[in-house]
Amino acid sequence: MADLKVQIIQQLNLQEVKPEDIGNDQPLFKEGLGLDSIDALELIVLLQQHHNIRIAKPEDGPNIFYSVRTMAEYITAEQNKTA
Amino acid sequence: MSGNVWIAGGGVISGIGQNLGQCMAAFEAMQPGMEKMRHLQSVHAGTFPVAEVKADNEELARKAGMPAHWSRTALLSMLAAKEAWQSAGLGDISQYRAGFVSANTVGGMDKTEDFMKSFLDNAASGRLRHVVHHECGAVTELVADALGIRHHVSTISTACSSGANALMYGARMIRAGMLDVVIAGGTDSLTRFTLNGFNTLMILDQQPCRPFDDTRTGLNLGEGAGYVVLVSDEIARKIKPWCRISGFANANDAYHQTASSPEGIGNFKAMEGALKMSGLAASEIDYINLHGTGTQNNDSSEGRAVERLFAPSYPPLSSTKSFTGHTLGASGGIEAVFSAWALREGIIYPNANFTTQMKEVPFSPVTHFSKGHALRHVMSNSFGFGGNCSSLVFSKE
Amino acid sequence: MQQAYIQGIGCVSAQDNALFSGTVRQHEGNRLPVADPDYKQWIDIKQIRRMGRVIKMGVAASHISLEQAGVARPDAIVMGTAYGCLADTGVFLNKLVTQNEDMLTPTAFIQSTHNTVSGQIALMLGCHAYNNTFVHGAFSLENALQDSLLLLAEDPSKQILAGAVDEITDYSHNILSRFRLYKNASTQNLLQSNTHGTIAGEGAVFFVLGAEKNERSMAALTAVEMLYNPASEKETFAHIAKFLDTYGQPDLLLAGRNGDTKNDAYYAAGEEKLFAGVPVAAFKHLCGEFPTAAAFAMWMAAGVLKNGAVPAAAMFKGKAPAAPKKILIWNHGGGKHHSLILLSAC
Repeated sequence: MADLKVQIIQQLNLQEVKPEDIGNDQPLFKEGLGLDSIDALELIVLLQQHHNIRIAKPEDGPNIFYSVRTMAEYITAEQNKTA
Repeated sequence: MSGNVWIAGGGVISGIGQNLGQCMAAFEAMQPGMEKMRHLQSVHAGTFPVAEVKADNEELARKAGMPAHWSRTALLSMLAAKEAWQSAGLGDISQYRAGFVSANTVGGMDKTEDFMKSFLDNAASGRLRHVVHHECGAVTELVADALGIRHHVSTISTACSSGANALMYGARMIRAGMLDVVIAGGTDSLTRFTLNGFNTLMILDQQPCRPFDDTRTGLNLGEGAGYVVLVSDEIARKIKPWCRISGFANANDAYHQTASSPEGIGNFKAMEGALKMSGLAASEIDYINLHGTGTQNNDSSEGRAVERLFAPSYPPLSSTKSFTGHTLGASGGIEAVFSAWALREGIIYPNANFTTQMKEVPFSPVTHFSKGHALRHVMSNSFGFGGNCSSLVFSKE
Repeated sequence: MQQAYIQGIGCVSAQDNALFSGTVRQHEGNRLPVADPDYKQWIDIKQIRRMGRVIKMGVAASHISLEQAGVARPDAIVMGTAYGCLADTGVFLNKLVTQNEDMLTPTAFIQSTHNTVSGQIALMLGCHAYNNTFVHGAFSLENALQDSLLLLAEDPSKQILAGAVDEITDYSHNILSRFRLYKNASTQNLLQSNTHGTIAGEGAVFFVLGAEKNERSMAALTAVEMLYNPASEKETFAHIAKFLDTYGQPDLLLAGRNGDTKNDAYYAAGEEKLFAGVPVAAFKHLCGEFPTAAAFAMWMAAGVLKNGAVPAAAMFKGKAPAAPKKILIWNHGGGKHHSLILLSAC
């Protein structure tokens, strides 16, 4: 999950945010880290670039990207599917 | 700062026809212009249908009397602007204080894309003639020069509301007594830049778009150009104008860079402002040409703003983007031509592909072409990125 | 024509306010970048992460002007930009080509549209008012000003935020250099260089314009005129002569001289024919050449009118007038676009 946090910070250009500032279960959107719908689209590309996972429906985003943990679990599940 | 501004004529080229007559025939025959991409070269050609103008650059250039290596955006612009001027029957343009206000969103980007391929390999390569018209204003000037317009030339770029803002600016210059006639509208050709841009936002539909339908999943891009000829009272007396531009307003949603506020604050303010200027009550509008892109967000925001202004009784309304696709900077111009022509001919345009009532709003769009209505006032909406929202009202007299 | 009062100005350029007390930022090369302020003064960290430099420049300049004018939320936002958001356009184009239209991200695309700056300003201010962006080369600023004057004529109670932005990027500089537009020169020697080429510039300037004079008014914007594609020098000079008949001779001509022989010859001929005895100052050696550079000239002219003194570094010909009352900016782009902007003391 530490690697994933670094990827998120880079992809979203979260200036002055360090990986340790993001809690594993902290909500990424709105009141949590304050991300918005454009960030959700950026995260979809992050999954594609770094993890070779394509999300076809943007409406799946809110569940997958709820927190770093939900993202990591989704990545693991998807990779097991293809393995 | 007084007097009326009239629509003396109009011209349009789009995915459903290379002139106004052909576009009308497509509406009447219920034939939308979306097809598999043929002229734009893109890896997404098999994925996203688009409403392309059904002609290659050589054919467009021949008809426009321009070189085929110029931006397609300029070729489309020339064809529609020429048709607009000819339809007005005002003769030699050099006898008037004439202006050309044209909108576009990416200038000569279609050529810049080609240039970049070579340039990124080697900064000393790429043909410079492909970037010389990159700027939005350069495209406008190619057409202004070809039309022989010198008194005023300008370009507006406010994303998808650009064309409507061009009409507003032109009308205001006439009202201020600065110009006698203004050809105003917009142009945009399809580019990989915009296609891929909208794709990153995941708002392109892989099926024909379904504006104001509950099953809508996005927009189809289109291309084209549309211009009206705006004239002062004095010039209008010499001809039989189509109608008058009686109200307009530009407002900003100030909610998000790309998304509309759920309740459509900017949309509401634009429509309300245009109505106020025209001195009309909402109930006097006889037809609304909706912005209606077919995205979840636009149609629900626009719909709620329409509801707030028009409830409980709604005029016939439709999105002609279900035929032309979303032509971006051109859409405000193209839809202004459709709206002004609707008043002249009593036409109500259909909304293609409608099957399912939207949950968010109590009304649904018109699904069949009809003419011969006694229309008095028509509204046209154009909303865009950056929160830019504009509405126009046209009146028969 | 409607006149307007400048109630506040924000300028992000290669110079700063020290110019008016005689301190010039000297540059050498073929590219004159703005002196970037710390943008976090005006933009919070959550918003700044997506903004390209030109957006930050525009937002900063708009904030400064609004603060000076004491206006929290203007009644219209009108701006001009010839090139728009070049950096983000370049990023998106680069990825489009190199990644063959795959795995592209939305941020650069969203930020690339020409109305990004005005939209961003409206968003940050929560401003639902009229919002417009002109993108017409060397007439971008001028149309924004003309639109503003029309808005004030239609409703004199309005306070309008008007301005212009343009940026240089590595791509744009590379490409424009291939058209042989630029040469190496210094702030001090550019105007006298008398060879082909000039130096590239960039900047963002915003004004708050109102129809009524108030205690914050710095100068009056008396007239804005554009002349497009004149058939000859003679036609241009006849146009300017007519303008001078209406508004009178200025105390100072602020000419768009940029050190390029052909460009400057046009001014030299006009100065001789139309402005005999009028002192001439210049501004492009201080800000570089770009299509909306006249906005920088307006910032300079307003500062001169307010302070009552012309910075020595700006003078090109004649003696600097003491406490000038009228300054005319004459700028042309390749002889095809001429603009006349008249500022008066108030």
